Amino acid sequence: MPELLRLATAGSVDDGKSTLIGRLLYDAKGIFEDQLEAIRRTSEERGQVETDLALLTDGLRAEREQGITIDVAYRYFATPKRKFIIADTPGHAQYTRNMVTGASNAHVSLILIDARKGVIEQTRRHAFLSSMLGVPHMVLCVNKMDLIDWDQERYERIKSDFMEFAARLNVHDITFIPVSALRGDNVVQRSEHMWWYEGSPLLNHLESVYIGSDENFIDPRFPVQYVIRSQSAENPDFRGYAGTVASGVLRPGDDLLVLPSGMTSRIASILTPEGELAEAFPPMAVVITLEDDIAVSRGDVLCRPNNRPMLTHDLEATVCWMDERSALSEGKSYFLKQSTRTVRATAETLQYRLDVNGLHRDEEATALEINEIGRVSFRCTEPLMVDDYTTNRTTGSFIVIDPTTNATVGAGVVRVIATTHASPNVVRHGGRLSRAERFAALGAQGATVLFTGLSGAGKSTLAAGVEEALVRSGRSAFLLDGDNLRHGLNGDLGFSDRDRTENVRRAGEVARMFAEAGSVALIALICPFEEDRRLIRALHDEAGLPYVEIFVDTSLEECERRDPKGLYARARAGQLPGFTGIDSDYERPTDPDLVLGPDAGSLPEQVATVLEALDGLAR
Amino acid sequence: MVADPGGDGRAGGRGRYRLSDLGALEAHSIHVFREVAAEFERPTLLFSGGKDSVVMLHVARKAFWPAPIPFSVLHVDTGRNFTEVLEFRDRCVAASGVRLVVARVQDDIDAGRTVEDTSPGATRNRLQTPTLLRAIAEGKHDAVFGGARRDEEKARAKERIFSFRDEFGQWDPKNQRPELWNLYNARHRKGEHIRVFPLSNWTELDVWNYIRAERIDVPSIYLAHRRRVFQRDGMLMALTEHLAPAGDEPVFETMVRFRTVGDADCTGCVESMADTLDLVAAEVAATRLTERGATRADDRISEAGMEDRKREGYF
Repeated sequence: MPELLRLATAGSVDDGKSTLIGRLLYDAKGIFEDQLEAIRRTSEERGQVETDLALLTDGLRAEREQGITIDVAYRYFATPKRKFIIADTPGHAQYTRNMVTGASNAHVSLILIDARKGVIEQTRRHAFLSSMLGVPHMVLCVNKMDLIDWDQERYERIKSDFMEFAARLNVHDITFIPVSALRGDNVVQRSEHMWWYEGSPLLNHLESVYIGSDENFIDPRFPVQYVIRSQSAENPDFRGYAGTVASGVLRPGDDLLVLPSGMTSRIASILTPEGELAEAFPPMAVVITLEDDIAVSRGDVLCRPNNRPMLTHDLEATVCWMDERSALSEGKSYFLKQSTRTVRATAETLQYRLDVNGLHRDEEATALEINEIGRVSFRCTEPLMVDDYTTNRTTGSFIVIDPTTNATVGAGVVRVIATTHASPNVVRHGGRLSRAERFAALGAQGATVLFTGLSGAGKSTLAAGVEEALVRSGRSAFLLDGDNLRHGLNGDLGFSDRDRTENVRRAGEVARMFAEAGSVALIALICPFEEDRRLIRALHDEAGLPYVEIFVDTSLEECERRDPKGLYARARAGQLPGFTGIDSDYERPTDPDLVLGPDAGSLPEQVATVLEALDGLAR
Repeated sequence: MVADPGGDGRAGGRGRYRLSDLGALEAHSIHVFREVAAEFERPTLLFSGGKDSVVMLHVARKAFWPAPIPFSVLHVDTGRNFTEVLEFRDRCVAASGVRLVVARVQDDIDAGRTVEDTSPGATRNRLQTPTLLRAIAEGKHDAVFGGARRDEEKARAKERIFSFRDEFGQWDPKNQRPELWNLYNARHRKGEHIRVFPLSNWTELDVWNYIRAERIDVPSIYLAHRRRVFQRDGMLMALTEHLAPAGDEPVFETMVRFRTVGDADCTGCVESMADTLDLVAAEVAATRLTERGATRADDRISEAGMEDRKREGYF
């Protein structure tokens, strides 16, 4: 069964994007003879020797006159494996809005780099926008390799230049392909000139990149789009809620919470004209009936009582401005359309404007002009039900509409910071014991040790050794093992970056409580991101509790050789997407308290080293 | 809707939550129909009896099931239609229970609102636009569904799914509203309207595969049949009450089918033995010519032909 893949392309005016698309369509037989004949004639009239494949995609008359692509154009082609929709967007600086438009729905963002020029501002801007719009996969085509004599060294340099920049973005699947769109090298056919390139040609990559886990199947969200009422002979008093599943999986019998009303009910049935469904998932369009007769209308969201979006009048968002006739400024009033809800909102604060590379913040900015991006706080007259855009592209996105012109003037992605979830009304309750009194009475001091490293590095083995030694010496210690946590406390989490961060946060919070209680909490967790490790450390620093970060530094080769659970083999076979070390990065700790591993002696020796470090902290 | 129970079992069993490409296209089109019904007061659907409008009507029925379709359908009748298609149109409308409004080009000619080009070879293609705009104004329609697909033609490839028209029904390709995610801006002033294209992302092959999968009835002239035809401008034209051959255009009989259904005087057919939906789909999958390039004289006007007509308010 073929899948649908949405591809957004971006590139500068003359880095050959249209030619690349033309080549892809041509070589994949996605264009027809009469189209080809038409551009062959045009090329001839212009005195070009070879047929200009770029003419295939430059649709509008103005483009043919100016020789640039000025708007988003959609192209279609199919192979036996997939059907492709290409949103072809211009790279011309003033048309950032079109790039944002094309990328908003994309699975894959295709960025072109002119091999002669390398990474330029435009490249960085497109990469930043793709990252901002949460496009899960990025493909960098280093084009015009023929013009630099297929030079591998220059290609590698461009690659590392880009990676240095991309490290600061939220993109996790980046693929580089050296191509010549003009000659067709590595587009559909493997290049004979670049024998050193071991990856797949572009089309092959696009046919096989794994998009199955790009949707959110975890958090059930059903924005009610339309209420269907029917009074026919078969359905005398039918009332169903029509909509498109935004995320999560819905089943008959599921408990439901209706927002914003807060009423609860249960799914009676999920209907389509073909019959009832046992489950519905994104992006299915279905009709839901409820067990109870409660008031539900367009704009409401059906979710689960224990898994709900944020209900708020205040919206924090990264906004891309798209209107040339007006600018966004503080105090102005707009309509926001989010999911199936449209509300009035005022732009309260423009916190900062980002530069074109998305990395520097100008906090002095007072307005957002066309093609500018900034962080904006909105105050809405009615509540919205939102999720952070990184977890939910549907409930985390909105458009800004000018109430006087009715034009779509901006696009926003919602930022919900996890730590702000706590209601300001929740106040920490202090017990009667102070920490000093508790530790003195127990005759022990609590602490937390984090063991981080690749899967199979030996974290759990070492942590278990430390746990045993501590407990045998009469101290309270407890091992929080990553795998074990996932069976219980973190059983609702997957392996997306956000879930991993949440996994770490929970482990850190639990460890802090153990430490507070006087135990030594031992966390054995891959914990691949520096930011997450910093979070656990900050939790403990804030609480004034001792904390040790141990990097179990076992090389990837060694871990893969050991492969105690057979996970590397499965990851290599493509069965475990996002596996750390294989297709997801492990960021080496920059400042661990201890580095252990195969080079740090026997297991008992390493256990002793950890105990010493703990003693050192206690004193 | 075509789901894939069982799936490919990858990624922790989540592979089973996958829609086929056709399932995803249908779901999106349904989303668009419901969005329009929720946000506009008086939508209408352009229904010619052609395959795209038939698919639109079919998807619309699914979008509002079990309730009936909450809007009327509109046909701009040039007076040059194939008889088979008009009969099919009436049958199809009767079966689905929607109300059909017919706007006749002839009425505008008779009333002197438009002037017919009577030179030899002239078609009524461009005359459809004033009649369409009149019907939209008379029906006070604020949203008009069209079956256009982006794969048909270069100007259409750039058109939005919600395509804004000013009070004169005109399209401004340089000033289109950005369209992001599945968020459609339906806001407009009185007198303005929005053309909505729910099948934007479908290709000709998708349409045929869908017709086949859903067993949708289409006009008989889409399937191969024996017909008296003649050659003109490299196209095969059918001999009908609307079109006669010139002296040097010999008439012969052969097996043909139509890939698009337009006016009988400007729609060519192709030689084909595909007399079942399966065979048609197979033929479309293998074809190397676009449907409009192959058989539509009206689209050959100039390279920018479609763009010019769309600006004026054409479909």
